[in-house]
Amino acid sequence: MSGWKVFGSRAKRLEDPALLRGQGQFVDDIKLNGMYHAAFVRSQQSHAKILNIDTKPALAIEGVKAVYSLEEFRPFLRNERLVVGLPSPSYKQELDRPALADNEVVYVGEPIAIVIADTRYVAEDAAAMVVVDYDILPAVSDCRSALDEGSTLAHTDAPHNVLAQFDMRYGDVETIFQNAPYIFKERIWQHRGGSHSIECRGALSFYDPIEDLVTLYSATQSAHTAKNILIDMLGLDENKVRVIIPDVGGGFGPKLVFYQEDVSVVLASKLLGKPVKWAEDRREHFISTTQERDQYWEAEIAVNKEGKILGLRGSMIHDHGAYTARGINLAFNSALIVSLPYEVPCYLMKVVLAVTNKVPVTPVRGAGHPQGIFVMERLLDRAARELGMDRSDIRSINLIKSDQLPYKKELKTRGDSPVILDSGDYLGCMEDALKKIDYYGFPSRQQKALKEGKYIGLGFANYVKGTGRGPFETVTIRIGPSGKISVYSGAAAMGQSTRTMLTQIVAEQLGGDLENINVVTGDSFVVPMGIGGSASRQTVTAGSSAFLAAREIRDKALKVAAHILEASEADLEINGQEIRVKGVPDLKVELGQVAHAVAGTPGYALPGGILPGMESTKNFMVDDLTFVNGTVAVEVEVDVETGKVTFRNYIIVHDCGKMVNPMIIDGQVIGGSAHGIGNALYEWMGYDEEAQPITTNFSEYLLLNAPEMPHIKLGHMESPTPLNPLGVKGVGECGVVAAPAAIISAIENALTPYRIYFDQSPLRPPEIVMKIKESMSLKSNK
Amino acid sequence: MGEKRKISLTVNGKSYEEEVEVRFHLADFLRQQLGLTGTHLGCEHGVCGACTILMNGRSVRSCLMLAVQADGQELLTIEGIAPSEDEMHPLQEAFRDNHGLQCGFCTPGMLTTLLEFLDDNPDPTEEEVRIAISGNLCRCTGYQGIVAAALDAAQRLRDAKGA
Repeated sequence: MSGWKVFGSRAKRLEDPALLRGQGQFVDDIKLNGMYHAAFVRSQQSHAKILNIDTKPALAIEGVKAVYSLEEFRPFLRNERLVVGLPSPSYKQELDRPALADNEVVYVGEPIAIVIADTRYVAEDAAAMVVVDYDILPAVSDCRSALDEGSTLAHTDAPHNVLAQFDMRYGDVETIFQNAPYIFKERIWQHRGGSHSIECRGALSFYDPIEDLVTLYSATQSAHTAKNILIDMLGLDENKVRVIIPDVGGGFGPKLVFYQEDVSVVLASKLLGKPVKWAEDRREHFISTTQERDQYWEAEIAVNKEGKILGLRGSMIHDHGAYTARGINLAFNSALIVSLPYEVPCYLMKVVLAVTNKVPVTPVRGAGHPQGIFVMERLLDRAARELGMDRSDIRSINLIKSDQLPYKKELKTRGDSPVILDSGDYLGCMEDALKKIDYYGFPSRQQKALKEGKYIGLGFANYVKGTGRGPFETVTIRIGPSGKISVYSGAAAMGQSTRTMLTQIVAEQLGGDLENINVVTGDSFVVPMGIGGSASRQTVTAGSSAFLAAREIRDKALKVAAHILEASEADLEINGQEIRVKGVPDLKVELGQVAHAVAGTPGYALPGGILPGMESTKNFMVDDLTFVNGTVAVEVEVDVETGKVTFRNYIIVHDCGKMVNPMIIDGQVIGGSAHGIGNALYEWMGYDEEAQPITTNFSEYLLLNAPEMPHIKLGHMESPTPLNPLGVKGVGECGVVAAPAAIISAIENALTPYRIYFDQSPLRPPEIVMKIKESMSLKSNK
Repeated sequence: MGEKRKISLTVNGKSYEEEVEVRFHLADFLRQQLGLTGTHLGCEHGVCGACTILMNGRSVRSCLMLAVQADGQELLTIEGIAPSEDEMHPLQEAFRDNHGLQCGFCTPGMLTTLLEFLDDNPDPTEEEVRIAISGNLCRCTGYQGIVAAALDAAQRLRDAKGA
């Protein structure tokens, strides 16, 4: 090998130059000749019958081209519903979204009609002129009362408000709890909120009559999901629809979903024979893009007097929203992750997904995992307190040790494959984090601070999370006579540096020149199948496929070059764009020549009986998830007058296996942490009793700003997974998942003198102050 | 069609005379009429900061201004920051070297905000940088790479001045 080494290096990102010059191509940046603009008429009611839609006043406005409701679209739809197709035996009813509202609206923000006009300004004017007559119905806002006998129904024709119900269990829970010396119970409310990528959603569609081809540019995390649903709904042939993902300004989960707006834009452009673009605005994002919301948990932990966990049981009610836009994944993830880092002999979680009159709930970065981790870590803090144990001791004795790995949990993933913790050192990771934050020196720091009237606290939390969800992500690599290496993948890029990641993996095998590699992702025409960007999966899936394809091409290129150079393959190396004999720099052949030699000349045989084309396609098959782990440890100061929480120290030690690019991994973990801090302290998507959203802009809904964000110190451990050829694990969600558990533990610890305990996330400053006041008035009443 | 007015302005050193609908906000005018799509819209209510541009050297939210209000003014957008096609501004270089961007959507507002800030305060502390960008939301980076990039850029700019 030559001097270069790109896999594992902090290579500069290939995405950056265009973005830094304002030359990115986000969907709203694309302008096509004759393009029209769309705006949507949305439900202002959380639950109502639609009696009439009067479009005449809107159509009378100059510049308005069309207004379509479901009635106008119906003749062109083979299937009126957006079918998600994530099966589970736990469903009690199917609630697929209609392309546009059909007779009954079930959440504020639900699209009722699409207005097409010359400009977005006129489209919005006209949308405001569409008159919708409603017969207002009672709404279901709280997911708990949704399950009461005789509750109002979120859909009038539904039998009840239970979307799905399942028990996740193993072990003899009943007997163990009957005989347990200690049982501690917590009632916990958790809530997450929106994704709030800074770019909202967007779609641009045009129809090409020459090729009879529908093209959709979409800010989506999965081109192929969009393609498949369009084929299903519009009855198109596979080769008559193309979905392209341009630059995407952040995804974080909800852009994985295919929406009513997407199919409406496609149909409108087809009917009008013109390109149609829709760019979501922030208010629309608040009320019509999927989000995460409430979960209400009751959970009990059984322990012996040494603090050894005997079992864990409980129940959870999950707000599913008005429709099913992404299966039951979220609630399933929450229940599945609870016990993962620890030895838990028995487990039972009874889960109900409740239908409410709110925008559908689907995964946001972390995807239900932060909630499960929060429950486990709260219970451990509680048990430690009750037993008079140190918080680290109770975790040390219960953590699964590295010599127990691989460790088979008695749990199944939603795809019914086993949960096998593959690699890592969970205890070593926690100990390193505690050392880095000087855990054992903390009590004296806390005493000293208290003397100065300052309330400081330390909290920490462990996580183990499945990543790299299968089954595959295709990668095709080609080298053409130009000598350029082209990489095509079904993967989707929305800011995670996917292009750089794939380039580094391929370059390691094919000459080390990052500039010579061109990656194409997110185009349903270049790779026939794809899953897309979610569940911290693409480095594992697409990365492994890219590695295998690059290896195959490398072998072939060396074989052809050996033939041309009359040298032995073993003596050859690829360096930049040429293949040369090691130690004899003049004896070389260009990659382009090698590709040309197998590209075929009419009537001439290929050299050495090699098959045509310098090309390889691989689908690395992923059967089992690979599990990442980490520990978040934070030190905070709480202002007891205002409830403001300031970070004094923020540590994450994490293990995501082999690192393709440590700089990018740092960015993923730190960025995820910011999301987790926001979830712990600020973010709340509020609705009132009538299910009207009450936080619909960035002054009502708070995102974390730079001054509130601490400087995060990272520690990396590198336990390669045996489950894929690169030894890599996913990293996109690592920062977010344990942040609320660690932060809220630290706040509780800071307020030890008040003897108050927290059972919720987010925990916002006013709630901290209220709890302190309650405790003080209790004291003064005594 | 709404009422239109004629405006003349300079953007990134180039003069424009345009007729614009009076209700068009400045960001839409830049993006749709001048084709300068590097300026991004993230919230259109003045909080996220992605649409920040410089007007006569001062940062403004282009979503909170009408295009007609920019009549006679001199604007700088992200497209005008690099000195040439082959060369980037030290701030842009520092963003790349310090992983100051991921999806790149908030980047135009970060760059323009920091250009103004570093001009006013060439040797800032980390805390001052954090306050300077407190009106710019980023959902990807956790700000750490951006703060590092700003401090690095400040150093580069000071070095260039000293040299």
